[in-house]
Amino acid sequence: MASQNLQSVPAELSPEEQEREAAGQAYFDRIISEDSRIEPRDWMPAAYRKTLLRQISQHAHSEIIGMQPEANWITRAPSLKRKSILMAKVQDEAGHGLYLYSAAETLGQSRDQMMEDLIAGKARYSSIFNYPTISWADMGAIGWLVDGAAICNQVPLCRASYGPYGRAMVRICKEESFHQRQGFEILLELSNGTPAQKQMAQDAVNRWYAPSLMMFGPPDEDSPNSKQSMAWNIKRFSNDELRSRFVGMMVEQVRVLGLTLPDKDIRFNEETKKWEHGPLDWNEFKEVLAGRGPCNSQRIERRREAHENGAWVREAAVAYTRKQAQKENAA
Amino acid sequence: MAPHGNPEAPGSAASDINREAPKVAATTEQHQESPWSLWEVFVRSSRGLSHVHAGSLHAPDAAMALRNARDLYTRRNEGVSIWVVPAEAISSSDPDSKGSFFESPQGKDYRHATYYTKSEGVKHL
Repeated sequence: MASQNLQSVPAELSPEEQEREAAGQAYFDRIISEDSRIEPRDWMPAAYRKTLLRQISQHAHSEIIGMQPEANWITRAPSLKRKSILMAKVQDEAGHGLYLYSAAETLGQSRDQMMEDLIAGKARYSSIFNYPTISWADMGAIGWLVDGAAICNQVPLCRASYGPYGRAMVRICKEESFHQRQGFEILLELSNGTPAQKQMAQDAVNRWYAPSLMMFGPPDEDSPNSKQSMAWNIKRFSNDELRSRFVGMMVEQVRVLGLTLPDKDIRFNEETKKWEHGPLDWNEFKEVLAGRGPCNSQRIERRREAHENGAWVREAAVAYTRKQAQKENAA
Repeated sequence: MAPHGNPEAPGSAASDINREAPKVAATTEQHQESPWSLWEVFVRSSRGLSHVHAGSLHAPDAAMALRNARDLYTRRNEGVSIWVVPAEAISSSDPDSKGSFFESPQGKDYRHATYYTKSEGVKHL
């Protein structure tokens, strides 16, 4: 902690300011060591603020972009029931994005700026949403695998040391469990359907399995920020730890589905008591993250278009508000 | 200060009560000033309970803030009543003065029932 102290007190501060910074750091360190929560108006190290802002805004962007692969199937859902469920789910994703933008705003970033960064292609979001949804079974695989991985990742984040982030995650996790269950149900129905339907379900699981494992982020040895995030009680478990847990859950559930996971190397290591999986293509992960995935430009273009097409609605709402205010003043 | 705080202007110990400041500092050069201001949302989950802070949102006026709050915070029957409050209208205690501002109850254990131990075992007391 002493080294952090030195880092966060630049030399050009006056003695009083330095004293204030040191007092802030001491208070911050105590809150973290007590596993309590930091609230927006508390003093916090600049690097802590920056890390949170990066993580929360990326998370928010992922929810917003994540609406697209699923919205792709709303008009082609196989029944009115499935259409209603899918619409509710996509609406939830929008809501999750908004909870998270609110949390990010408490760190001093304006929402307009975050929106601009996203449509300018400057912001990152989860690489998983740059894959196409080519069959109805993908709605099942996304719910089961992608939302399943998200839940695994997000449940520990409910205890993140930054209050507004933790509170947003609590709300999100409550809603996510419906997402995973409806996905599981889609796959189960297809798996018990015709041979062609079962094949469609298996094909979707085959395509989404590896990308969903990569959602947990790079292996621990290539994830330099993880250690600091864990020391700050933002993250509670390492990427590999969560990935291993997720694999263990999926191994059980895929049996109930009557399908298989496309990974011959899955095994439970009796020594480490951990689930292990086959190698993942981390070059593909880096490529997709760097903007060269199958749907990156399409996703951003769609978001930009939606934002611009909605401009007149935002302007009309403001014009109406102004007019009402004028009327009130005149009366 | 907004309950969300303004990191550009952290609260100081100078006063215990601060007037709310906009959550985000006015340094958005490339933006028009956004007329969709920040609102705090409070939801009453069922009759007989208080409204509890649920989160925040942006809206141009109170009517739209209420509608947005309904769509954002009560998609699953979480509420029977909603309050929306402009964030800048909220006054709050200064986080830096937690000690002095809240110290009066300290050392006043006699305000709690647990202070009175002689009555232990006596029924209905």
